[in-house]
Amino acid sequence: MRHHSSGSRQARTFLYHPLAAATLLAASLPAGAQEQRFNMTRGATEISQQVFDLHMTIFYICVAIAAIVFGLMFWSIVRHRKSRGVVPAQFHGSMKIELVWTAIPVLILVAMAVPATRTLIAMEDASASELTVLVTGSQWKWHYKYLDYPIEFYSVLATPRAQIANEAEKDPDYLMAVDKPLVLPTGKKVRFLLTADDVIHSWWVPDFAIKKDAVPGFINETWTRVDKPGLYYGKCAELCGRDHGFMPVAVDVKSPEEFEAWTVAQVAAAEQAKAEAATAGPMAMDELMALGQKVYDSACVACHQANGEGLAGVFPGLKGSAIAVGEPAAHIHIVLFGKAGTAMQAFGKQLSAKELAAVITYERNAWGNAKGDMVQPADVAAAIEKGE
Amino acid sequence: MSTQITGTLDAPGHLDHDHKPRGLARWLFSTNHKDIGTLYLLFSLTMLFIGGSLAMVIRAELFQPGLQFVDPHFFNQMTTVHGLVMVFGAVMPAFVGLANWMIPLMIGAPDMALPRVNNWSFWILPCAFTILLSTLFMEGGAPAAGWTFYAPLSTTYSGDSTAFFVLAVHLMGVSSIMGAINVIVTIWNMRAPGMTWMKMPLFVWTWLITAFLLIAVMPVLAGVVTMVLTDKYFGTSFFDAAGGGDPVMFQHIFWFFGHPEVYIMILPAFGIVSSIIPTFARKPLFGYESMVVATASIAFLSFIVWGHHMFTTGMPVVAEIFFMYATMLIAVPTGVKVFNWVATMWRGSMTFEVPMMFSLAFIVLFTIGGFSGLMLAIIPADFQYQDTYFVVAHFHYVLVTGAVFGIIAAVYYWIPKWTGVMYNERLAQVHFWCSLISVNMLFFPMHFVGLAGMPRRIPDYALQFADLNAFMSIGGFLFGLSQLLFVWGVVRCMRGIGERATDQVWEGAQGLEWEVPSPAPYHTFDTPPVVK
Repeated sequence: MRHHSSGSRQARTFLYHPLAAATLLAASLPAGAQEQRFNMTRGATEISQQVFDLHMTIFYICVAIAAIVFGLMFWSIVRHRKSRGVVPAQFHGSMKIELVWTAIPVLILVAMAVPATRTLIAMEDASASELTVLVTGSQWKWHYKYLDYPIEFYSVLATPRAQIANEAEKDPDYLMAVDKPLVLPTGKKVRFLLTADDVIHSWWVPDFAIKKDAVPGFINETWTRVDKPGLYYGKCAELCGRDHGFMPVAVDVKSPEEFEAWTVAQVAAAEQAKAEAATAGPMAMDELMALGQKVYDSACVACHQANGEGLAGVFPGLKGSAIAVGEPAAHIHIVLFGKAGTAMQAFGKQLSAKELAAVITYERNAWGNAKGDMVQPADVAAAIEKGE
Repeated sequence: MSTQITGTLDAPGHLDHDHKPRGLARWLFSTNHKDIGTLYLLFSLTMLFIGGSLAMVIRAELFQPGLQFVDPHFFNQMTTVHGLVMVFGAVMPAFVGLANWMIPLMIGAPDMALPRVNNWSFWILPCAFTILLSTLFMEGGAPAAGWTFYAPLSTTYSGDSTAFFVLAVHLMGVSSIMGAINVIVTIWNMRAPGMTWMKMPLFVWTWLITAFLLIAVMPVLAGVVTMVLTDKYFGTSFFDAAGGGDPVMFQHIFWFFGHPEVYIMILPAFGIVSSIIPTFARKPLFGYESMVVATASIAFLSFIVWGHHMFTTGMPVVAEIFFMYATMLIAVPTGVKVFNWVATMWRGSMTFEVPMMFSLAFIVLFTIGGFSGLMLAIIPADFQYQDTYFVVAHFHYVLVTGAVFGIIAAVYYWIPKWTGVMYNERLAQVHFWCSLISVNMLFFPMHFVGLAGMPRRIPDYALQFADLNAFMSIGGFLFGLSQLLFVWGVVRCMRGIGERATDQVWEGAQGLEWEVPSPAPYHTFDTPPVVK
């Protein structure tokens, strides 16, 4: 998703003119996401507005209490000092006043608990939904599956690694943009089911006031109804390993008509891709290597590193590894089906046969591995057919 | 213990009647509460600087967006080890050190009740932290799952350092439990005649309650790290759904330890501030009994609020509501404490030496941390706050400007008694003002970036957070540098540089610790004082 590439010139000036850049950044964002720099967003739903109001109410209560307590304290600091010749009083307790300053806070808390409970109960009621999306977190991407449509896909960070490494100017949507956002219709109650494949993640979209943990082996539930179309950003909020900070969420909310058109296009595109894969011929080496590097840089690089050497003691290297320079069958197998009990995921369901063939070929020929052999999409398709 | 000294002219060595061994043996084999207190405090100061250095790495990486200095995996090791070192290495041992020094002096006891346990509970600590810190140099690095080490990130997906980490935590737990037993036995049995429960200084009260919390929850921590160990190495599935376990159960057990742990790190600071404010206001503590009751209430409530760390894990609504109400209730006894401190100052005759300055800063800034804690209890809003920098701001206000400021206030307050010389007031005031300004530059903007959507534990962030992060990093570096002034001040006192302290030290000071000479002799209260 590169909606605002036109704004990408500001990255360098940003560091030197933060205010000007922030203004430009705010202007370049789509209508849905409201740029926030100092406070919580009001968000885009009825619930998020209620949450914002609760936040501001409790904040103002705290400010009022602080003004009174600190006011008295500073008054005392100014007036009751030895340098003014004050003779200290010797009183040291009063049951009456202790009861008063126990009771008043209790009343304030009760007054606060009532609206908080009401909003909470509404937030936890996911019944009568009109659309259900299964959200699955894995290291370090989100998978969305529409239970009402034959549509599912992975959504990964779109920010190029070069920008993270400070080798290229940063886009305004740095670390926010994903390759394929979740698409939702306006005005419909959408239920989210959340789970995870490996560790605990947390799916957070501030504009919907949704933050819910995705726990491996368990399913959590939450919901939203968005009235305003737009692009809404979020993030993974639970520490989930090395690339926890590089696991954004983006939700593109469209009108119901546009949403329906999008679903039709998605289904058609999936069928076309399937048909193409079935009839595709062998790919040339340079084609495989070019695509392979691209896939590697988005799917593999976080652990195995750009130089293929991994991180000692954490993620094994591929450069000269027994699998990457051994028999292709074993290499294809581990990429397709992963390795249980490790961070190595099953990529068979995440990437197309063409991408899988390319990235395996790339790993066998990059960083001096130089096996010279090629893995074709047909080899991968055969391995998938054979199963684990 | 010491014998009656007779015929001193025949045995001139006995004139030096403290009998302490010289050199390393004095410290290694010490059973003296003052020496062990000193060891704890120096260990804590060392850990404060090690943990602080890790925080400087974090702030350096976050100075600008993009990755500049460290790999994200190393960044996660920094946040993890920073948290563990500060909690278990800096704050907790500092309080145990203060307990060692001051509890016997405050209750008129000659030493701690179990001096050899005391020696052992200290010397375990350097071993534990050597093991923990050595993992930073291992292949694969130190633990990187956060100081809260949630499973399965800390089990199936962790590195080989896990076993070292678990052993280190066990040792820290053994040390803490032994220290807590010692505090309880000492307070229970060794109070001077007339030192009844309701005459004990609040520092003694808060530590007594803290010690019970430690005994209650450190075994729970030991249990949960053992489950992590067996899940990782011995094929159990406590926290693995594939084997019938539950990753969220880890969080329940961890936070059943973790929330009382938070109060373990703040209750003794309440006691310190309750000692300092009356001294410099020249007026008795307001509402002593209600302070004791409030401390006990906070301790009780700490056992029934652990779920507020887990509002996003998918708890049943009824459980969420229970934990929300219980958490909000904590504001009541905490408020009572703050009101009592302000009432103590009211119509006093105040002076503003550095222990008082840090205590006043404690009241204001800890209360700010309390306010954000109250906000965090409001579950619908907590869904937005959870795991953001708002939470980081919250717990650094209560732990740095709360617990650490309390400890620093205590050191300035009692160091004349320990060393016999006054600290340099001007140097200490500079230290105070530098710390006050820089710590707020560091932590206050965290509220803003957290509310605006910056998650915690990330090495890189969206551009909208850039300017505030640069500002916070500068605050962080300044806060770190400011603490060198503290070390300077402490070293001066330890070397005996400065004005001689009187026995009373502070004009308004009350209590047994001010009736012994300054510096406090190696053995005090061989004959128990009588408290009227």
